[in-house]
Amino acid sequence: MVILFGMPLVQVLLFGFAITNEIRDAKVSVVDPTPDAVTHALRNKLFASGFFIESEILNSQEEIAENFRKGESKMVVIFENNFSGKMERGEHPTVQLIADASDPNTASMLVNYANGIISEFNREQRAASGIPLIIAEPRMIYNPALKGVYMFVPGIITILLMLVSAMMTSISIAREKELGTMEVLLVSPLRPFNIIAGKVIPYVLLSFINAISILLLSYYVFGVPVKGSVLLLLAESILFIILALSLGIFISTIANNQQTAMMLSMFAMMLPTILLSGFIFPIENMPEVLQWLSLAMPPRWFIQIIKSIMLKGSGISYFWKETLILTFMAMIFIVASIRKFKIRLA
Amino acid sequence: MATEVSIHCENLTKTYGSVTALAGISFKVSKGEIFGFIGPDGAGKTSLFRILATLLLPDNGTASVEGLDVVNDYKKLRHLLGYMPGRFSLYQDLSVAENLQFFAGIFKADINENYYLIRDIYEQIAPFARRRAGKLSGGMKQKLALCCALIHKPVVLILDEPTTGVDAISRQEFWEMLIRLKQEHITILVATPYMDEAVLCDRVALIQHGEIMAIDTPENITLAYPYQLFRIKSSNTLNTIRLMKEFEGILSAEMFGDTVHVSAEKGRINANAIIKYLSEKGMKVTAVSEADPGIEDCFIHLMKRSGVVSNKIKTP
Amino acid sequence: MSSNGLVIEAENMVKRFGRFVANDNLTFSVSKGEIFGFLGANGAGKTTAIRILCGLSRPTSGKIRVAGYDVYTETEKIKRRIGYMSQRFSLYEDLTVIENFRFFGGIYGLKRAVIMERAQNMLSRLGIKHFENTVISELPLGIRQKLAFSVSILHTPELVFLDEPTGGVDPITRRQFWEMIHEAAASGITVFVTTHYMDEAEYCNRVSIMVDGKIEALDTPEKLKTKYQAQNMNEVFLKLARKTN
Repeated sequence: MVILFGMPLVQVLLFGFAITNEIRDAKVSVVDPTPDAVTHALRNKLFASGFFIESEILNSQEEIAENFRKGESKMVVIFENNFSGKMERGEHPTVQLIADASDPNTASMLVNYANGIISEFNREQRAASGIPLIIAEPRMIYNPALKGVYMFVPGIITILLMLVSAMMTSISIAREKELGTMEVLLVSPLRPFNIIAGKVIPYVLLSFINAISILLLSYYVFGVPVKGSVLLLLAESILFIILALSLGIFISTIANNQQTAMMLSMFAMMLPTILLSGFIFPIENMPEVLQWLSLAMPPRWFIQIIKSIMLKGSGISYFWKETLILTFMAMIFIVASIRKFKIRLA
Repeated sequence: MATEVSIHCENLTKTYGSVTALAGISFKVSKGEIFGFIGPDGAGKTSLFRILATLLLPDNGTASVEGLDVVNDYKKLRHLLGYMPGRFSLYQDLSVAENLQFFAGIFKADINENYYLIRDIYEQIAPFARRRAGKLSGGMKQKLALCCALIHKPVVLILDEPTTGVDAISRQEFWEMLIRLKQEHITILVATPYMDEAVLCDRVALIQHGEIMAIDTPENITLAYPYQLFRIKSSNTLNTIRLMKEFEGILSAEMFGDTVHVSAEKGRINANAIIKYLSEKGMKVTAVSEADPGIEDCFIHLMKRSGVVSNKIKTP
Repeated sequence: MSSNGLVIEAENMVKRFGRFVANDNLTFSVSKGEIFGFLGANGAGKTTAIRILCGLSRPTSGKIRVAGYDVYTETEKIKRRIGYMSQRFSLYEDLTVIENFRFFGGIYGLKRAVIMERAQNMLSRLGIKHFENTVISELPLGIRQKLAFSVSILHTPELVFLDEPTGGVDPITRRQFWEMIHEAAASGITVFVTTHYMDEAEYCNRVSIMVDGKIEALDTPEKLKTKYQAQNMNEVFLKLARKTN
């Protein structure tokens, strides 16, 4: 009953709050080699808009690249050398807007907003002094063509792994309980660990094959690059699969029949996963409560990891934190389900 | 039967919330015995069997199987048990042969080594070896489940209602197999709601509302029936029941097949008196004879004596 | 009901599923007020036959009339005149006794006053009037089964199908249940019953035994026992059903 009536309400609320396409407080870093009155004015205007918050002041190409790889900013605004000097000379100084297009929707929105602010700045400046325009040069990195598939592939891998692993294990264990085969298994000399392992290993293999086939497909058909180490990508996938499976086992220790297992994994897991992982809706745009919630969503971390590997080509040093979080979550679920797995019937 | 004890229960109780499933049950089963628990649904058979199969913890009391405590020594005990739950407990989408291999596998048993145990049973289902277990008929499923429970050569076999919902032929065949297994000195504990299966057991316990009402060999149970039983055959059974209920000295009058079973204190009434009475009331009586009580008659008598009225509401 | 007093008339009833013959040329009839035992092993074709007789499944061929109506063309009329009870589905567990009566009475279009009167009658005859407002799930199995039977004949059908009605009940209830069946039959309701308890076959007026889709024997229990030189119906059944194996 609670599930039947409560879940739809929760879902609607989640959707309502999560699907906000406007951007607020996106992290933006600035490169301003020769700060002057004009660059300051423009920077103030950008950050006063509410769309962006200033993340860092960067000084070199290397720093920019590093900054993006770590995911510390979504966009970097680069002012040309000797900005106001050029303006006074009647030249057109440029402002480069480099956006992280591994999330193409957000990237193009950020650039559009920034463009809008710059042209308004132009208009004001012109009205005051008739000085020529500043030229904005947008550039997308990681996904210059703004292909949607770049964003969807990591998300879909995540969701499929979650679906196959968590849902299938929970359902298959619940099925054994429902059919009575679990009774026989329990009476046999098998230990809980054996029973769980027996259930889990086939799904690890299945999910792994799934992951590989999606990767191959996206690489050859859609041209999604894998810039980083393939080995690392697969290793992280296995970590996530194990996490999802242990979550599935945990669900099955609560659910006594297939229907409940299905409902639990569908409503309590799948939808929040899709909504709160940052797969479709950028986490930065969510209300703070949901942002906090999204921290507890394993897929959120996994999506960040695969995006980094595939699109940015970063190594483990850039996402050891995320990896650690996933490992930690997996351990919690494994311990919890082994403890909850009953050696007897209720 | 002064042989070694295989199963020993002492004052077992189990309650679910406020519903009492077992109200202090004690009994002993000897090695190699076929011991039947006879009782209707909800009598407590499944709870008892699950406790013995180490699947359920009793609230109170102790139980041991082959000298091993069902609570503390469950790991060792699980190697010795063959258990067949009441529900169909095979993998529906595996074939007959695969199911057998699977269950042999989890007990690390060698099918060839123990095949002699199940040969007679398995040969009957062997023609369907490649059929999925889910597609078998009820009787076949139970035979396969028995094979799977036997393949590791258990010392004690616990069968929870193996013949429920199974037709009379398959039931008969199933029992023939159990009786043959006795030669292997396997202790067999079997639950059934069918009263007529009692006579096939070495000893039985009649169980109702979580209590054992009687425990003995089937012969002794029927011998202990305290009343005299008459069987009346007449032209109208319903009217005969109605009339006999008013007859002086009668304890009960019930329909039994196309006859009426009437019970009375021993020596209180006789057949001639019944014929005379019914004829006076205008009934055509075909025959009145003294009848031997069956297990069912005994069960009914014991139910009434223990004050179990079927119109009582379940303990809320 | 047809004029000849037969509630079920089946002539050469055949039902095939592909190449499998579930019912092979069944010919039998059941008369009004009769208690007809329909026995057979699992998979002998009983369920198929009952489905046809209830108007739930179309036979492949044969002339079959139930309650005087044709099973090919008049299934809706048949359904109004039969009752059905099985061990698996009987009553709604989360409704009270009287709500179940009202619900099932309503399905058959009975007026509320009629339902209440009949229900009160039945409850007092069962001696369980005090359970009127008790939820079914709180009642013992024995009482539930008796109630289920009462509900199945609430609309005074001509024919009631009982599919293993006594599975798992205690022996006292079982005997009382058969007394109820006999009372219903005495009031003119025809009873068509299946069971795995062979001793229950003795309660029937006539018994048919199905083996592999065919009716192997059909007679009174008495005559069957004489014919097959058997002590009881169990032996009769075993002799017949094993013949083919």
